[in-house]
Amino acid sequence: METFLVLASTLCISMGVFLGITGAIGIFRMPNFFARLHAASVTDSGCAFMLLFGLMLQSGFTLATIKLCFILLFFLISSPTAAHALAKTALSCGAQPTSSPREER
Amino acid sequence: MELIIDITLLTFLGLTALAINRIDKLFCIIMLSGIYSLLCASLFVSMDAVDVAFTEAAVGTGIATVLLLSTIGATDTQQRSAPQRPLFALLVVCATGAILVYGTMDMPAFGDPDAPIHHHVAPRYLEMSQQEVGSDNIVTSILSSYRGFDTLGETVVIFTAGLSVVGLIGFRGMQKFGDRQRAAGITQDDMGKHLVLRIVIKMFIPLILLFALYVQFHGDFGPGGGFQAGVIFASGFIFYTLMFGLDAAMRVVSPRTLSYIAALGVLTYGGVGITTLLMGGNFLDYNVLRPDPLQGQHLGIFLIELGVGTTVFSIMVLIFFAFSSRKGLRQ
Amino acid sequence: MNIGAHYNYWVAIFLMMTGFYVVITHGNLIKKLIGLNLFTTSVFILYISLAKVKGGTAPIIAPGIEVYSNPLPHVLILTAIVVGVATTAVGLALVLLIYDRYGTIEEDEIRLKDDSL
Repeated sequence: METFLVLASTLCISMGVFLGITGAIGIFRMPNFFARLHAASVTDSGCAFMLLFGLMLQSGFTLATIKLCFILLFFLISSPTAAHALAKTALSCGAQPTSSPREER
Repeated sequence: MELIIDITLLTFLGLTALAINRIDKLFCIIMLSGIYSLLCASLFVSMDAVDVAFTEAAVGTGIATVLLLSTIGATDTQQRSAPQRPLFALLVVCATGAILVYGTMDMPAFGDPDAPIHHHVAPRYLEMSQQEVGSDNIVTSILSSYRGFDTLGETVVIFTAGLSVVGLIGFRGMQKFGDRQRAAGITQDDMGKHLVLRIVIKMFIPLILLFALYVQFHGDFGPGGGFQAGVIFASGFIFYTLMFGLDAAMRVVSPRTLSYIAALGVLTYGGVGITTLLMGGNFLDYNVLRPDPLQGQHLGIFLIELGVGTTVFSIMVLIFFAFSSRKGLRQ
Repeated sequence: MNIGAHYNYWVAIFLMMTGFYVVITHGNLIKKLIGLNLFTTSVFILYISLAKVKGGTAPIIAPGIEVYSNPLPHVLILTAIVVGVATTAVGLALVLLIYDRYGTIEEDEIRLKDDSL
C-alpha cells in the first residue's frame, strides 16, 4: 500500500511537471493569443491539479490534506475564470481566434 | 537539493531584474515586477521564512501591482526617454558592486550555524518563547511581544504613509465622480458585462475575508498575523472595487470611516501600551494584563495584532481608493 | 572555494546594483520607483539569507524538531515589506501630482519645462 501511494504520487507529480513545462513552451511557441492562452490555462489548471493531487496522496489523512483540498478547489474555480476573463477581454478588444499562422505581436 | 532550488530561483530573480532594466513598456515592467515578487516569495519559503514569504506574496504581487497599474492608468504607459549616460552609470554600479562583493568575503558561509547572528539573542527567543510568551510561532512572539516597540513604530509609519497619500492626492472630484460617469454615458461600470467574473468574485470575496480572519487569529500557531491579514482583507475590498466600481465600494465603506478605523487601530496598539503602564508594568509589558502572565501575553498579542490588522487594512484600502479616484478623474 | 557558500549574497548584490542602475540611468519616474523596489527587495533577500541555518526549519515550534532558522531577521523584514509598499504608494502619489503639474513623467521633459518657466 505504502509503495503504491508513493508510486502514484510520483507519477502525478511528474505528470504535473510535464504539463507545466509543456505549458511554458506553449506560451512561447504558439502562434496567436488564444492558442497561447490555452497553453497558459493548461499550466494553470492541469499542472496545479496534478501537483496538488500528488502531494495529497503523499500527506495522507492529515490537516495538510484538507488544506491542499481547499487550495485545489480554489484553483479549479479561479483559473478557468481567469482564462475566461482574458479571452473575453481579448475578443472585445478585437483579437480574432483564427487558425492563421503567426499574428503580429 | 535545497541549494539547487535556491540557486535556480536566485538566477531567475537576476534575469527578471535584467529584463525590468531593458524593457521600456511600463505595463510589462509592472507584470515583471509582480513575477519578481512571486519569485522572491518562493525563495523566502525555501529559506524557511514562511511569514515573510506570505507577506511578500500578498503585498508585492497584490497591492503593489494594483497600485502601480492604477498609476500608469492615470499617467503614461510608455517610457519615452533613453537611458542617460549608461556607461558612466555602469562604471559606478560595477565599482560599488565590486566593493560590496569584496565585503562578502569576510561574511560567514550561507547557512552556517556558527555565524555570529545565530548566537546573540536568537537562541533565547527560540528557547524561552514558549515559556515566556506561549506562542508556537516565534516570529509572532518577537513581532508583538519581545519587539513590540518596533512594531508600534512600523504601524505608525504605515499610518503616516496613508495620511500622506490622502493628503497629497486626496479624493478630489470624488463627489462629482458619479455625475461625471453618468455624463460620459457609463451608467454601469465596464466590467459589468463579465457575468462569469462577477459571479465568481461574489463567491470568492467572503472566502477571502474569512481567510484573512483565519490568518489574523491563527498567527500564534502558524504563519500569519496582523500585517498579512490586513493586506488580505484589503485585497478582498480591492477585488470588489475593481469589479463593481469605486462608487459601489465607497458605499460599502466610506473613506471617512476608513480613516477612523485606521486611527482606531493605532490607538488600540498604543492604548494597550498605556494600559500596561497604568497597571504597573513597563510599556507593552503584557504580563500585567491578567493575573497569569501567559494569559496576559495572549490577550496583549491578540489586541495589538488586531490593531495592526485594522490599521494595515484601512490604510491599504484608503490608498487604493485615492489612486483609483484619480483614474476616474481622467476618464 | 565553495560557490554555494556566498552565492546568495552575490545575487543580492547583483540585484541591488541592477536596481541602483535603473534608478540612476532611467528618466521615467515610475521605472525609477520600480528600480528602488528592486533595491529594497535585494536587502530583504540579504537579511533572509543571513537568517538561514543549514538543516533548519521555519521558526514555528513543533515537537521533534531541533534546529530552527533565526526568526529575528524575519520579523524585521516582514514589517519592512509592508512599510515598503506604503512608502512606494507615497512615491506614486507624488508621481501623480508631478503628472498633473507637468503633463509628463519623464525627468528630462520636466527639467525642460522648469527651465522654460
